[in-house]
Amino acid sequence: MGTHIDSLIRDEMKKEREASGTAARRKYLLAVTEFKSRSPFKRAAQRSILFILLLLGAISMAAPFLWMISTSLREANQVFVDNRVWWQEWIPTSFVWQNYLKVWEVVPFARFYVNSIVVSVLITAGQVTTSAMAAYAFARLRFPGRDKLFFGYLATMMIPGAVTMIPVFILLRHLGWIDSYKALILPGIFSAYGTFMLRQFFLTLPKDLEDAAKIDGCSYRRIFWHIILPLSKPALATLTTFTFMGSWMNLMWPLIVVNTHTKYTLPVGLAYFQGVHGTDWVLLMAASMMMILPILIVFLFNQRFFVEGIKLTGIKG
Amino acid sequence: MKNGILKDKTKEIVAAYAFLAPNLIGFLIFTSIPVLASLGLSFMKWDLLSSGPQFVGFKNFIELVNDPYFLKYCWNTVYLMASIPLSMTGSLLLAIALNQKLKGTVVFRTIYFLPTICSGVAIFMLWRLIYNPNFGFLNTMISSFGDLLGLKVSGPNWLTDETWAKPAFIIMSVWQGVGGYNMILYLAALQGVPRDLYDAAEVDGANSWQKFWAVTWPQISPTTFFIAIMSLIGGFQAGFDQAYIMTGGGPNGSTTTIIFYIFNNAFNWYHMGYAAAISWVLFLIVFVVTLLKWRFYGKNIHYA
Repeated sequence: MGTHIDSLIRDEMKKEREASGTAARRKYLLAVTEFKSRSPFKRAAQRSILFILLLLGAISMAAPFLWMISTSLREANQVFVDNRVWWQEWIPTSFVWQNYLKVWEVVPFARFYVNSIVVSVLITAGQVTTSAMAAYAFARLRFPGRDKLFFGYLATMMIPGAVTMIPVFILLRHLGWIDSYKALILPGIFSAYGTFMLRQFFLTLPKDLEDAAKIDGCSYRRIFWHIILPLSKPALATLTTFTFMGSWMNLMWPLIVVNTHTKYTLPVGLAYFQGVHGTDWVLLMAASMMMILPILIVFLFNQRFFVEGIKLTGIKG
Repeated sequence: MKNGILKDKTKEIVAAYAFLAPNLIGFLIFTSIPVLASLGLSFMKWDLLSSGPQFVGFKNFIELVNDPYFLKYCWNTVYLMASIPLSMTGSLLLAIALNQKLKGTVVFRTIYFLPTICSGVAIFMLWRLIYNPNFGFLNTMISSFGDLLGLKVSGPNWLTDETWAKPAFIIMSVWQGVGGYNMILYLAALQGVPRDLYDAAEVDGANSWQKFWAVTWPQISPTTFFIAIMSLIGGFQAGFDQAYIMTGGGPNGSTTTIIFYIFNNAFNWYHMGYAAAISWVLFLIVFVVTLLKWRFYGKNIHYA
């Protein structure tokens, strides 16, 4: 719809420009306006101001993180101090690296970490696999009831998670699965959203390769594995990243289904840590740093997938 | 020959269901059946402990409409969405700035994106410290700024003062969201505006301000609409993690949102039926917003 209007507008403007004079005159006018609006000095000044504004913004974005790091490295009694020189707010008087080790002793942090890794990896692997398989069926295979079923998937996508959360909890309780890894992992594996997103991507892939493979007698399994999946790496990477991050950060679900410390994931563990050592800011900040570090690393190395993924899900439809 | 085609078709159907099976089974167990169960539950009373659920008709919903807490928490949820226009404006300005192809754009984009990436418990803990009334980073800044002007100012008790807790959350949300997904969407939209539209406007002698309102703004309005709707849908369901970590929903319930109330009802007080009823009201609200989206944007479903 958008592109249609674009082209209409473009046609309209083209006509207008043709009417307004010869190409030479247009060029002349453009050159004049260019000269007026972009004298090199003015342009440089504008750009410098913009750069400074961006820099100030970036500093205010980064400042809380820097403060977090500096707090995590302080002595416990140096967090709240009156009348410090301003730079001492930012740079600890002595760097206490042991804080980062102490966290692992005060609470079963290693256990939380391992739990989080296991849960997030399994949910991600499961969700990407089942979503990709279902998406292939929806995008490429013909079977009775396909469109109705797909509409069912779409319809559930707008239902808030809060609606299903309660019956799923009751179901898991009936099965006796509360406080188990199964309860943490299984409900996260199936995602209508992941299926939808991958289906949209599969639909954009060219069909010729598959047709050729089919004529050669290739099975659907092999087409899926050797043609569809390799062509879909960017979409798969995007879904992987978002799913992993989502489950790494998820606080509510583990809070609902798990109640012994040994099964806590990092977010619940951290909340528990806060409940027990709520004023031990140095350790809390050190623990928080260690929680966001893996995400930070994933992000810095996969920035491209983030940007592409956002465009993929946000612009297309 | 005909037999062969039929065989191929059967083969395709069998393959399709085989591919679909794992996802479909999970979808039935963890999504579609629970949706129906939740609807049923919303007409019942059940505390999980007693003999079993008890049918009460519309009682939960009638109670809900007259529940002053529920109305208060709905208002809180809407109030907190004040962060949406603020952060959208910020995202657009940022996207325009980053679209000027200055030096270091990629570095800037990365830094601005950091708060979005590191959302969650760790960041809320950090902000609890930032909002500490006596030694938090924000109030320290406010007082030193006051000192510069020769004034004695001290910042508010952000998280423990009923009037400041919500603004505190809004400031934090803007910080977190301004350089995130919406900024990237705006950046992509800006890059999609046809160059000749700007050329034409320049020929007509438009200045930057006029160019923005005559060309850029109408061209990116689908993106603006999309972001606004998605933020609304998200906004109605938001606010659990931050309230749980930073305020516990207080002071005096001033940061409790709808989702937090559902959580408390279901998993702290075991009012399962009542919680299910609230969740259906939440669904209804979200559905109305979705209808708005369909009405103005076509039925293309994006994310959510």
